[in-house]
Amino acid sequence: MDNEKKYFFDNPKNVKRLMHVFYACCVVLFALDFVIHRHIMHSWENLWGFYPIYGFVGCVILVLVATWMRTFLMRSENYYSNDGKQDPDKKTNTNKKDNDEVGDS
Amino acid sequence: MWMLEIPPFLPFFIGALIAAFTRGVVRNVIMIAIPILGGLHLWMVPEGIHLQFAFLDYQLITYRADKLSLMFGYVFHIAAFIGVIYSLHVRDTMQQVTAMLYAGSGLGAVFAGDLLTLFVFWELLAFTSVFLIWARRTQASYDAGMRYLIIQVLSGVILLAGTLFYAAENGTLAFGYIGLEGVAGWLIFIAFGIKCAFPFAHNWLTDAYPEATVTGTVFLSAFTTKVAVYAFARAYPGTELLIYIGAAMTCFPIFFAVIENDLRRVLAYSLINQVGFMVVGIGIGTALAINGAVSHAFNDVIFKGLLFMSMGAVLHMTGRMNGSDLGGLYKTMPKTTTLCIVGAASISAFPLFSGFVSKSMVMSAALEEGFDWIWLMLLFASAGVFHHAGIKIPYFAFFAHDSGIRASDPPNNMLLAMLIAAVLCIGIGVYPSALYSLLPYDTGYNPYDATHVLAQTQLLFFSALAFVWLNLKGMYPPELRSTNLDFEWVYRRAFPVALQNMFSVIWKTDRALRQAFLVRLNQGLTFISQRNGGASRLLSRTYPAGSMVMWITVILAVYLFLSFITH
Repeated sequence: MDNEKKYFFDNPKNVKRLMHVFYACCVVLFALDFVIHRHIMHSWENLWGFYPIYGFVGCVILVLVATWMRTFLMRSENYYSNDGKQDPDKKTNTNKKDNDEVGDS
Repeated sequence: MWMLEIPPFLPFFIGALIAAFTRGVVRNVIMIAIPILGGLHLWMVPEGIHLQFAFLDYQLITYRADKLSLMFGYVFHIAAFIGVIYSLHVRDTMQQVTAMLYAGSGLGAVFAGDLLTLFVFWELLAFTSVFLIWARRTQASYDAGMRYLIIQVLSGVILLAGTLFYAAENGTLAFGYIGLEGVAGWLIFIAFGIKCAFPFAHNWLTDAYPEATVTGTVFLSAFTTKVAVYAFARAYPGTELLIYIGAAMTCFPIFFAVIENDLRRVLAYSLINQVGFMVVGIGIGTALAINGAVSHAFNDVIFKGLLFMSMGAVLHMTGRMNGSDLGGLYKTMPKTTTLCIVGAASISAFPLFSGFVSKSMVMSAALEEGFDWIWLMLLFASAGVFHHAGIKIPYFAFFAHDSGIRASDPPNNMLLAMLIAAVLCIGIGVYPSALYSLLPYDTGYNPYDATHVLAQTQLLFFSALAFVWLNLKGMYPPELRSTNLDFEWVYRRAFPVALQNMFSVIWKTDRALRQAFLVRLNQGLTFISQRNGGASRLLSRTYPAGSMVMWITVILAVYLFLSFITH
């Protein structure tokens, strides 16, 4: 598959361009906070950059907590199907063929 | 007008019957025609009670239409229509028939005007939908379907018990406002709550939906939970407890969704999160909040359907559903990618997409009624849902690292179904008044003011920024082949293991007891035999078989001798 055609995001430049547009959007949105007069329903909304910061911090915490949850919630893929007697990590790649639907054609 | 009296579920049940005996084009035409004609018919039906009859002492209302039920009736027709088109390529009579029955049961439930009728359709929902899971025909789907069925039937049984209590307490079966009073109120609340995937009762959803067939999950995502939302909106509006339950439902699933590998299970978690918004709205209970809950249910059926369809398309074409196996599919599935992104934008409530116009109503209502902390939780959940459903789903399926899979876009009927859903998502987002005019209350709400739009856009863009930043830093949890423990662990692992241990202890003690008893018995027998040594020696003396023959010969000889001397 060496001579496969190049797709849009195969070119790192395009990824970079997209990211730059995205960063610019973020900056503009943040700046708009100071331009647009909003009618506030709650005093927290008055805080400087409340929504952007809440969104950013909220998501970082979400991901960090979720990652930490993996330390005690994560089990092997066929944990339930294996009766849990022994850890079946040895054979992880054998069970994926059951996705072919019998009913679909 | 006799046409008026045809309850909406009837065409679907008849359609299911026809679908069972027809094949090919005929069946497809009939299955497409039924939701269209049924929907058009429903559109012309005025509010009111259209069909009722007396049963024993009670009045049973099988067809009651008002703004609330009509709203769900419309969206169920749309969902059935989209689902039928999406599954046109399927050659599996069991799925076609049960899908029609399932859609019909959903309609029957939302137009039920009394609790007994509701119960009947409540159970039918369970019994028809389970076949959409079993139709996958794998051991895993069979087991998941069984667990699903048990929990759903349990919900039905509790509903029946609640109904009986309700009839005893109030002397009527009418399905209206119930409220959390008395045994009946609580029993019915729990029954609804199980179907609504309340925390700790939510695992039937995350367990069964990812195990269903490609097309089955699309149907499943539309009806069961929405019927429960409808039932809550009817019977428990303004119940404060619902606000807290709903807020919990919006928040906890997103943590599981972030670390889940099976992308359809991610969507199942996000389904619970979206239902949480509706439950909060119903709990607040003001006109704006109820409107928000109902319209969000309406939109959710469509955009969640769209997301399940796009993931179904990926599963159908590649045979894989784990984030760890997928990636780079945008190259060869550009249409599916675009449609999936529309669904992702809608569920994330981007302005100009359908989620925005309904979710903001619930959030505004929470603020208006002074539930500040709830509002903060909802805001966090909004950012979170964008994170796992809006970014993670499209990113890991279609972009991320190139998995090397070069699957093409799915069959045209699947694309068409997704396109219809996507058009609806954008249409409702751009022109929300059409949706608002159908809502139960007139609140004159306008989602498109500068404040809302800016706030929501900022929230979403900076959530995305967090994703980008974590990814660049390498702190984003990678997709791993794994099972994450959830509450289901209690009944799938802890409980069976506890039972197993209990029985092994019981058997051990049982064996020990028998052993001890046998030893005692032996000892007793030996003791007795020793004490009565003389008698037993006399009784148990053994003779050789030959001596018996000899004695018989002697008797015969004596007999012969006697016969000689008497003659």
